[in-house]
Amino acid sequence: MTAVDDTTHRAPRARRLRRPKGLTAHIVLMLSVVISIFPFLWTIVMATNTTQDIYKSPPKLTFGSHLLENIRHVLHTIDFFGSMFNTIIVACATTVLVLFVDSLAAFTFAKFDFPGRKVLFGLLLLFMMLPLQLAILPQFILMSKIGWVGMLKALIPPALANAFGIFWLRQYIENGVPDELLDAARIDGAGFFRQYWNIALPMIRPALSFLAIYAFVGAWNDYVWPLVVLTNPAHVTLQVELAQLNVGHTTDYSMVMAGVLMAALPLVVVFAVFARGFIAGATEGAVQGT
Amino acid sequence: MTSPPVTGPAAVPEHRGGPGPARFRPRRATPAGTARPKRRGLLKYWRQYLAISPFYLIFAAFSFFPVFYSLYLAFQRWDGMGTMQFVGLQQFRFLWDDPVFWLSIRNTLVIWVLSTVPTLLGALVLATLLHSVRRFKGFYRIALYVPNVTSIVAVAIFFGAVFSNNFGLVNAILGTVGISPVPWLSNPWLIKVVIALLMTWMWTGYNMIIYLAGLQAIPTSIYEAAKMDGAGPVRTFFQITVPIMRPIILFTVIISTINGLQSFSEPQVLFASNAANANLGGPGQAGLTTLLYFYQSAFLNNDYGYGAAIVWAFFLLIVVLVVVNWRITTRGRKG
Repeated sequence: MTAVDDTTHRAPRARRLRRPKGLTAHIVLMLSVVISIFPFLWTIVMATNTTQDIYKSPPKLTFGSHLLENIRHVLHTIDFFGSMFNTIIVACATTVLVLFVDSLAAFTFAKFDFPGRKVLFGLLLLFMMLPLQLAILPQFILMSKIGWVGMLKALIPPALANAFGIFWLRQYIENGVPDELLDAARIDGAGFFRQYWNIALPMIRPALSFLAIYAFVGAWNDYVWPLVVLTNPAHVTLQVELAQLNVGHTTDYSMVMAGVLMAALPLVVVFAVFARGFIAGATEGAVQGT
Repeated sequence: MTSPPVTGPAAVPEHRGGPGPARFRPRRATPAGTARPKRRGLLKYWRQYLAISPFYLIFAAFSFFPVFYSLYLAFQRWDGMGTMQFVGLQQFRFLWDDPVFWLSIRNTLVIWVLSTVPTLLGALVLATLLHSVRRFKGFYRIALYVPNVTSIVAVAIFFGAVFSNNFGLVNAILGTVGISPVPWLSNPWLIKVVIALLMTWMWTGYNMIIYLAGLQAIPTSIYEAAKMDGAGPVRTFFQITVPIMRPIILFTVIISTINGLQSFSEPQVLFASNAANANLGGPGQAGLTTLLYFYQSAFLNNDYGYGAAIVWAFFLLIVVLVVVNWRITTRGRKG
């Protein structure tokens, strides 16, 4: 509300000040990137050196040449590829099923009215907030009743109750799939499931790829439920196996770190490949979700 | 969120044949004014119900029913094998007098505060900075988000190695400056600090992305107007950015409350506890979170009733905290 001549005075000064401010921003951001990336680099350093090198004081700070040897130790100590194979199976099955179940329900909620729609969707939102830990114990009892304890398939059903996916996809479908297109399809004689499969699904591919990565990463990194339900030590997922590697071999850090590297790398690569779309998707969901 | 043309289920029949593009239309439009028998009406929607049924069936079996079954369990004594015995409120009375339970609550709350506050503040600052720069935006976003896709197990093993009392990198670096080794993983407070650092490292980028999305949605004209009125960057931040971002900040506070209070894997892996190692949660149980205590009671001691009582008592605590947080975050707006 200051006088006009006052503002004209200030404008150029602010512009002149912005340049050093931009530099500070870059410096702070760069430092944060270093902090965020450093653990990955340091894991590589530890995984490529011998345990003696790590324990030395001061420790060796450069990449070594013992990576293959450490990897061989890991493969010797745990069933790395076996557990990784288990994880891949579970993560893929979970992802495909989550995509199908969630997109079908989201499409229905976004584009159709039916009695009870509001109540059912409200229920979904309510339960999205419930901490899943409340359900773990009965889930375990349920699994032991149907004889699935210790089996990989026990990991899949709890992961499918993914209310977030429906909530998120519904937002996307509401805006991303025009009603006119569905009308046209209906006039051409397409039934409900044809509209879903042939019209809606192809149009929401970006949203689906975001949800796919979200579900896959979640399934890959899940630890609590596999730890509880996979009671057979010979048949576990990668995360449980990795934790076991840490328990038994705290004296051989370089080997443990090689295991960490091998377990973390595939996901970081997958993320790096899809990162752009994923973050755009996450951003969109966050804005619409609030 | 929903647009005006949406009509509630009860109001649907009148609107169905009416003019105007109804957003949620039934598959087959019925002529206006014809009241249909209720059962046929429901049957007509069988495709929609079929489409949402997979989710709700799984949900009912693996989430809805278990949540309430655990409440039922909290009033029983059961080891999972023998017969269940109704004990009324005894488990909760036991809980009230259990010092380990209260210790675990205290640990969880301390870790939660130590991790949530720096995470959200850091995320807000980083998002603001990221929003202000033009170059390398994509790179920053990806590089800062990467920690969140790493598994907690891997990160916890890494932190255990770096903060190790004897051979960790942190103590080695401190050693070169002449500081004697700090007992990161045995001092009750430092244990919590390490766990909180771990969580902060993992979640700052995630919250930053959410804040950034909110910042991008603020029209630039508001900032230009502020600049015209002579507001500096700090004042702009506190008087324009923060008030506009309030709903998003509230969202992240609630998400962080729910996530942050559920810390389990971090101390579990960090202190490498298993059935053979009774020292769950590290030295002095300083890293024993409530969920870790639940895990110990239910799955290691096979005390199902007590485990269920722990999670339910804990859930009520989370509800209270979410409500309190909600109150604090929304108070300024009404006042």
